[in-house]
Amino acid sequence: MEVVLSCLVGVLSAAAIYLMLSRDLLRFLFGLILISNAANLAIFTSGRLITGNPPLILEGQDFPVDEAANALPQALVLTAIVIGFGLFAFALTLTLKAYRRLGTLDTSEMRVAEPREE
Amino acid sequence: MSAAKNDMPPAGAGQAMAGWLSVAIAASLFAWFWQALGPVAAGEVIRYSFDWVPSAGIAVSFLIDGLSLTFALLISGIGALVMLYSTKYLAGHEHFARFFLYLTLFMGAMLGLVLADNLLTLFVFWELTSITSYLLIGFTHSSAESRRSALQALLVTGAGGLALLAGMILLGVAAGTYELSEIRAGDVAITEHALYLPILILFLLGAFTKSAQIPFHFWLPNAMAAPTPVSAYLHSATMVKGGVYLLARMHPTLGGTDVWFWTLAIAGAATAVFASLMAVKQTDLKQILAYTTLMALGTLTMFLSSDEGYAITAAMLFLIVHSLYKAALFLVAGIVDHETGTREVDRLGGLRRFMPITAAAAALAALSMAGLPPLLGYIGKEVIYAASIKMDAAWFVTAAAMAANALMIAAAGIVAFRPFWRGEHATPMTPHEGPWRMLAGPVLLAALGLLFGLVPGLIAGPLVDQGVKAISDGAAKPAELKLWAGVNLPLFLSVATIALGVALYAGHERVRSALRSMGEAAPSFDRGWDRVLDGLKGLAAWQTRILQSGVMRVYVYTVFVTLLVAVGGTLIWTGAFSGLPDVPFAELQAKHWGVVFLIVVGTAVTTITNSRVAAITGLGAVGVGVAIIFIVFGAPDVAITQLLVETLVVVLFAVAALRLPHMKREDGFPNRKLDALLATAIGAVVTAIMVTITSGPINRRLTEYFESAAWTEAYGRNIVNVILVDFRALDTFGEIAVVAVAGIAAWSLLKGPKSDETEETR
Repeated sequence: MEVVLSCLVGVLSAAAIYLMLSRDLLRFLFGLILISNAANLAIFTSGRLITGNPPLILEGQDFPVDEAANALPQALVLTAIVIGFGLFAFALTLTLKAYRRLGTLDTSEMRVAEPREE
Repeated sequence: MSAAKNDMPPAGAGQAMAGWLSVAIAASLFAWFWQALGPVAAGEVIRYSFDWVPSAGIAVSFLIDGLSLTFALLISGIGALVMLYSTKYLAGHEHFARFFLYLTLFMGAMLGLVLADNLLTLFVFWELTSITSYLLIGFTHSSAESRRSALQALLVTGAGGLALLAGMILLGVAAGTYELSEIRAGDVAITEHALYLPILILFLLGAFTKSAQIPFHFWLPNAMAAPTPVSAYLHSATMVKGGVYLLARMHPTLGGTDVWFWTLAIAGAATAVFASLMAVKQTDLKQILAYTTLMALGTLTMFLSSDEGYAITAAMLFLIVHSLYKAALFLVAGIVDHETGTREVDRLGGLRRFMPITAAAAALAALSMAGLPPLLGYIGKEVIYAASIKMDAAWFVTAAAMAANALMIAAAGIVAFRPFWRGEHATPMTPHEGPWRMLAGPVLLAALGLLFGLVPGLIAGPLVDQGVKAISDGAAKPAELKLWAGVNLPLFLSVATIALGVALYAGHERVRSALRSMGEAAPSFDRGWDRVLDGLKGLAAWQTRILQSGVMRVYVYTVFVTLLVAVGGTLIWTGAFSGLPDVPFAELQAKHWGVVFLIVVGTAVTTITNSRVAAITGLGAVGVGVAIIFIVFGAPDVAITQLLVETLVVVLFAVAALRLPHMKREDGFPNRKLDALLATAIGAVVTAIMVTITSGPINRRLTEYFESAAWTEAYGRNIVNVILVDFRALDTFGEIAVVAVAGIAAWSLLKGPKSDETEETR
């Protein structure tokens, strides 16, 4: 299954990068969401996949059952999901604000910070 | 040129105090070093050390031996006299207190530099002298010339400083310690180490830029834009001697090889002869003195090339000789400028009638500079000749020394004889004798030149002998200092030099015009410097145009192409990727295929659609698919978070979409095929990395630790939660802070000033 997920991560990354290369800021945002998903899936998969055994310690025992899912990448992915959401929310607000001020979402027209040289 | 004249309003009490306070600091430092003379003369080495970064083995340590004590006494002693002089010279200047702050800081940095026993301590003080001298040279900051000179000095010595830092780190690595005394005492022979040549080149770059050896000499004459007391201080005993000090200090560690000998001998000789020719060419008192300073630096470098006891004695003695007469002459030049209003030698004459004390001090200092008995300069010259005939390449060193010394006699005549003793000229101001605070320095320093000449034993034991011992690490035998050494070859050389020098002085105006006409043809280092700076600016502008295009697509492209080349290239270069393994179809069930199908379709829809609703639906499908994967493979908490966040994303986007335009079709955008190619290539690289990682072994050490400690130590049964809120609680706290900051920033953006809205022109 790791092989399949590896390919899936590749597909997600390729689509994300294609969208991020667009001149349309909305498509860029979609790419941002996809690339966070790709990254989360990559971290998760690299910790190896174990079906059906969440990393929990049962009542009355001191350790999880053998062959429990890897807890470490799960903790990392949890953090990454939340941070990725923060990033998306901020980027979306920036986009809104930029559109209000500039009236366009075409990045090649957004030249306020670095105007074209005469 | 002097910034202050006597008719300016007097300084306030606070300002005057700043001056006297600086004098007091310098004088007490001098007194403190004075009491170290006894122990050092007895051969003792005083060392202080404090931990700085103990984990990296870095200490702040200081060492007082003959070499550092000589420098420390010159720096603090001449410093006190120069400061005393400045209280009058700069009286009433609007930045009087600032001047003394800079000068005192500079003195502190210089003392730190010569006393440091740790390479990194030395470097810190080295850079501090560059920065403080920048402030001093550019003190008259309203003048563009001052600013240019200050920046030039800073950039040249700063660049050398960077080279020096690299050399010090290499030396520290090679020797295994940053303590200079341990490097000298250690059993690692640096000169035979594989890194010797790079270390030597980097150290020499540092020393030669600081001490203005050819071809880095051009900043020094320009530094004359500084007020005269600053020139007197920086160019006699301090700043420019920093490089010479470094050469002397590193002599036992880096010296003794052919590279060392020839580099120092040739650079030193070239600098000495070139500079003494240039000195005779000048007509401005300060410019003449600036070039004679270069000559002295060249001579010192030349004699530090050798291991010979005489040569090191010559360097050590000439260091003291030069500091005394050069500080005195600069201060005299300042008095002349201050009292007559000009420094042009052609406009000065007969000043001895108006300023007899200044004239006497100037004469004594000039005689020492010319190397005439019974002054210390004479002994210095005798030892120089005695050394030069003993050194390797004796004819070369002797010829260079003789040419430079003869020209020095002419320069001494031009600076100190002609303005005072030759025919009178009308000057811009009616000349009169300088005030005592300005006379004290030159008179005392010139008198010391006479005293030490008559009684050389005063400095021989404690300073020169111990200095020679420090420079040669005890290997060389110091030469004996005496006024009359008998009839020998150095005496004949001296007599010949004096005859030649007097002849040069007699014809100096003809020599000057000959040099002038030659100089027109020669390339100018100063103009070359301007071209280098222009080139740098051009390069910066060019690369900014390329890298900072202002087009977001170009930035994104740069990032991803770099990623493709760096990561994909590494994969191919190292051969880590061994091909796609077989897909284990037997393991895969319908639910797995279903999820993969869901995600791929969602991704495809998002990528190709022109409808915002369709795109957000596709994204939702991808998010849910990823959440299902988390559920299937034992990560329920992650799945819940993923679903929650996915919902929030959709809601937020739906709200935002109401205020945003529809997406345009991309048919009109050029280069989308190229984008697709780049994206596919990176996707392939990502897959290759993932396959390589997952088909290798996994280290579960950390996971096992968390599994065993989650209940037994942290009393939690959900291991993921325990990691987040217990073991990595600080990370989670940071994460909360990030989200909170993002929230505040988003809120302030939306609630920002309404004035922006006026630009909403569609």
